[in-house]
Amino acid sequence: PSTLVRIPSFLFAVRAHPLLLLRDCRWYSVSHLSVKERIDKKRTAALVGGGQKRIDAQHKKGKLTARERVELLLDPESFVESDMFVEHRCSDFGMEQDRNKFPGDSVVTGRGRINGRLVYVFSQDFTVFGGSLSGAHAQKICKIMDQAMTVGAPVIGLNDSGGARIQEGVESLAGYADIFLRNVMASGVVPQISLIMGPCAGGAVYSPALTDFTFMVKDTSYLFITGPDVVKSVTNEDVTQEELGGAKTHTTVSGVAHHAFENDVEALLNVREFFNFLPLSNQDPAPMRECHDCSDRLVHSLDTIVPFETTKAYDMLDIIQTIVDESDFFEIMPSYAKNIVVGFARMNGRTVGIVGNQPKVASGCLDINSSVKGARFVRFCDAFNIPIITFVDVPGFLPGTAQEYGGIIRHGAKLLYAFAEATVPKITIITRKAYGGAYDVMSSKHLRGDVNYAWPTAEVAVMGAKGAVQIIFRGKENQAEAEAEYVEKFANPFPAAVRGFVDDIIEPSTTRKRICRDLEVLASKKQINPWKKHANIPL
Amino acid sequence: MAAHRVSPSLNRLLFAVKYASFQSGGCAVHCNAQYSTVHSPSEKTFDKILIANRGEIACRVMKTCHKMGIQTVAVHSDVDSSAVHVKMADEAVCVGPAPTSKSYLNMDAIMDAIRATGAQAVHPGYGFLSENKEFAKRLAAEGVAFIGPDTHAIMAMGDKIESKLIAKAANVNTIPGYDGVVKVWAHIQAFVLLLGYPVMIKASAGGGGKGMRIAWNAEETREGFRFSSQEAASSFGDDRLLIEKFIDNPRHIEIQVLADKHGNALWLNERECSIQRRNQKVVEEAPSTFLDPVTRRAMGEQAVQLAKAVQYSSAGTVEFLVDSKKNFYFLEMNTRLQVEHPITECITGLDLVEQMIRVAKGYQLQHKQEDIPINGWAIESRVYAEDPYKSFGLPSIGRLSKYQEPLNLSNVRVDSGIQEGSDISIYYDPMISKLVTYGATRAEALARMEDALDNYVIRGVTHNIPLLREIITHPRFISGDISTNFLPEVYPDGFKGHQLDLDTRRELLASAAALYITAQLRSQKVLGDLSPVECSRWELYVQLEDGSHSVEVTKSGNVEVDGGKVEVSGQWNLASPLLPLTINGTHRTLQCLSRDASGRILLQYLGTSFKVRVLSKLAAEFNSYMPEKVPEDTSSILRSPMPGTVVAVSVKPGDPVAEGQEICVIEAMKMQNSLTAVKQAKVKSVHCKPGETVGEGDLLVELE
Repeated sequence: PSTLVRIPSFLFAVRAHPLLLLRDCRWYSVSHLSVKERIDKKRTAALVGGGQKRIDAQHKKGKLTARERVELLLDPESFVESDMFVEHRCSDFGMEQDRNKFPGDSVVTGRGRINGRLVYVFSQDFTVFGGSLSGAHAQKICKIMDQAMTVGAPVIGLNDSGGARIQEGVESLAGYADIFLRNVMASGVVPQISLIMGPCAGGAVYSPALTDFTFMVKDTSYLFITGPDVVKSVTNEDVTQEELGGAKTHTTVSGVAHHAFENDVEALLNVREFFNFLPLSNQDPAPMRECHDCSDRLVHSLDTIVPFETTKAYDMLDIIQTIVDESDFFEIMPSYAKNIVVGFARMNGRTVGIVGNQPKVASGCLDINSSVKGARFVRFCDAFNIPIITFVDVPGFLPGTAQEYGGIIRHGAKLLYAFAEATVPKITIITRKAYGGAYDVMSSKHLRGDVNYAWPTAEVAVMGAKGAVQIIFRGKENQAEAEAEYVEKFANPFPAAVRGFVDDIIEPSTTRKRICRDLEVLASKKQINPWKKHANIPL
Repeated sequence: MAAHRVSPSLNRLLFAVKYASFQSGGCAVHCNAQYSTVHSPSEKTFDKILIANRGEIACRVMKTCHKMGIQTVAVHSDVDSSAVHVKMADEAVCVGPAPTSKSYLNMDAIMDAIRATGAQAVHPGYGFLSENKEFAKRLAAEGVAFIGPDTHAIMAMGDKIESKLIAKAANVNTIPGYDGVVKVWAHIQAFVLLLGYPVMIKASAGGGGKGMRIAWNAEETREGFRFSSQEAASSFGDDRLLIEKFIDNPRHIEIQVLADKHGNALWLNERECSIQRRNQKVVEEAPSTFLDPVTRRAMGEQAVQLAKAVQYSSAGTVEFLVDSKKNFYFLEMNTRLQVEHPITECITGLDLVEQMIRVAKGYQLQHKQEDIPINGWAIESRVYAEDPYKSFGLPSIGRLSKYQEPLNLSNVRVDSGIQEGSDISIYYDPMISKLVTYGATRAEALARMEDALDNYVIRGVTHNIPLLREIITHPRFISGDISTNFLPEVYPDGFKGHQLDLDTRRELLASAAALYITAQLRSQKVLGDLSPVECSRWELYVQLEDGSHSVEVTKSGNVEVDGGKVEVSGQWNLASPLLPLTINGTHRTLQCLSRDASGRILLQYLGTSFKVRVLSKLAAEFNSYMPEKVPEDTSSILRSPMPGTVVAVSVKPGDPVAEGQEICVIEAMKMQNSLTAVKQAKVKSVHCKPGETVGEGDLLVELE
């Protein structure tokens, strides 16, 4: 449509100087208009992708088209498209025919803004060859990823693709690898978000897997290496697409996806909200948004939140939500490894990453899944200058053969590693239990915690009273008395406080105020790890 | 020198901080009620009083004790160890585990607490041991003063049958009925024939609506008989029942009396408590719109006659039913401080707890009958943790994640025993607070109540503010046309929340849209590299239950809803739970209960919370492609409507059930609730057994 506007203005010029321009004009207008027409035609074709019929089919499935998704994700009129004229280059199997050529091919790419902040986007178009990945498709994605890296802006991928463009063979595979390489290069440089809004199978799954966050749309998106048919023929398992790789599976069982949303609209609106928490690149500080919540607000409900019985559970989310700005907490992986809570929030407007043991689930113990979940989140925060606030109520690592055989030693080490290597501001609050090795792991003073607080209900000890007494006073009588003595000695914050392992014992109601103040001070924190090619986290 | 200069301002600051923390901490009984009587310090009463109660009433009593310079002792169960009444007391003693029978009703433990602390007197509050003659006797035996009437008065008035006989003898009007305990079914049948329906069956030892049932036919009578005796047994340990003619369309009006040990008795005017649900009071006011001075005097004098007939001392309440012709009948006498006593205090200026303490010490009354005024009007709303959409209120439990009483308003009194962070548990009464407003006129008191309810912030538990606000703004209530049947008459199909009309719907939609835009604009206010999108007009679609509305917002605060103009302005603090707005020139306080990224906003407006979804024009257009997800079919699933204990399960898998047939009985807060099948079906599976504790929404029984 924009070209149509330009033509009358040109003709107007002709009318203004009829004699002077008539000849030139005639000469140019023929070829110019024909190019114009072709541009127009191509643009119009690009805008409808695979055609109205396929768009309707997409809508019928409850899905938006690639362009609609981009439009909703970005600020109005902020999208600047690139490579609208790129076409696939395949000449086999009749692909060279005009009816098999679609300007822009099966992906829409470009840049735009979310609440005014720059972002690069690609959106796979299922209406064109089922969104399959051709060499050209991959090239388009690589181009915007390279640009995003150059200027330092996040990349959001909206995935809706049937897989490789089989007609292109190895060129398609090469395309995947090109994207993977860029995913890896961009990792830790700019935030990368994948939103799975349709099928994503085979090799294609590794691009989302390499990005920082993978979100899914319930009921319409799938992620798997091999589909149900192949599964059936290889392992003879009967499984539906949804069971194998639906949003529920990946957000609760496998931990592949970080969040699932009801439908396309909700997913896109939520990604906008999520984007607000992230810095544009590793060169930027954590973003700071206007805050309406007083930084020195006292949270009285916290004074009574930890129950008197040490065995009784409470909800760590209650603590987090009352402390952070406006109770606004974007939880990452809320349905997976629920014994640890991770997510983003703001303190006095500044983005922070929150990690907390969840006493409500499995007593908040650390196991394989929660360690891996926590570790990946901590590393993201550290890579992107987001301060980490850790709430500790951990009875230890989960015992048992399942855990030991599964490699809890290896996986638990990841969380330990992540906290230890992190150089962003680290604030730790021990709300209740901090037992054994898990105490060390949870952003302790010994792992360069900047500020470590204990609530009066904190118990920092090697283990719970009962177990400890059974070892110290093995075979002795009056165990109950010994237990009481142990509780008196260790089930309180003093042993840690007298050694300086916690900086202060604070009234829970003042926690928000203190964290806000500390973060202001720590904003200028500078800490550098020794030079290395890269570290060797126990994978 | 410098330190010297700083210290006064520092002191002020410290004071301000302390004061602020006191306020937001929600410490109980912020009673800015003005008592006209001033306690004279020379009048010595007790050194130390133990309050054998919990919650708001324990706090209320302690407040007066503090005023009178009396030390206070709290008793508490283990789960209440950090409760407000414990913090408020000078000393506190744990008297047992959570169940009331093991703690607040545990006389042995309470007697031990009295001995251990050396308390000279006990204030029992209401409920628990307040009308327990055994307790009063044991106190008397140990020489501890009971702040309440003497044992014989408790005994005489505690039994409904005996009290009726005494009242008759004292020339007090009584309801026609059978003056004795009914035991066998045949007995009831014979009596019902004589009286005619409807009849009222109630526990002889009862009170507070527990163990009370109305029957309109033989079947209901039989069922009522069964439930009432069970409830009576579990609540009072006494399953005796009585039966009487049920007065249709009555008003519940009660007279506060105050008597001393020297034979003096006063009536402190009436309280109208007609707004009830399941025989429990919801909204009370003093005085009543219905009484003329002559009736008031007649009722007051009969109440005093009764008090004198039983040598009553202390504060007490004589309850009457008043029919449409202003005939009044004695219902019962409560020999304790009533829940709704604050409204009497507001209009008379007396501190009833202070008077009770004085009387218990043996002092004579300070006042004469002619000294008792009616100053202005007071309304009390009982704010409960309950879901008003289920039979006008089924208990809910939870943690008060945010709690803010509307004490910034003048002439508001809030009696509460909870604070932010408190748990409302299944063990105790689900009352959050008593919200009292007063003014020179009824209209003034009502307007304040409206404002107070709008400014009351309660998060974490479901509460009945929607219902309270609807009641006090209902034309029938405003005109005083009320009876104890008010709720079922006004809401025959159950309470459904505030019903929006064209104007209020526009106001709601406009406020939601403006709030949404505020949040959107704020999202752009990020420090650093920015090129804010300039926009001065937004086209939105706002979905409400009734459908989608087009809303246009301009930066200046003009909103157009479906073509109609609404002007909205206010302080938009996105962190505050309260939204004080001016909508079309009218001041309204809305509350934002929640807000999410996909435009869903839960707004409390005119007391009711409304689910609103705000979408940009584009998002709304795209949203139309989104499939509707089918919610779970609930007709074949029976879930617990409230937290409680399963008392009985009447079915087993494979049983056929008819529509309306009882499936199981859940007891919560001492009320038994029968859950019935919503359709004819076969029982597929049973997921609960008697004695089990269940939470709200827990699956009980599945039908095929």
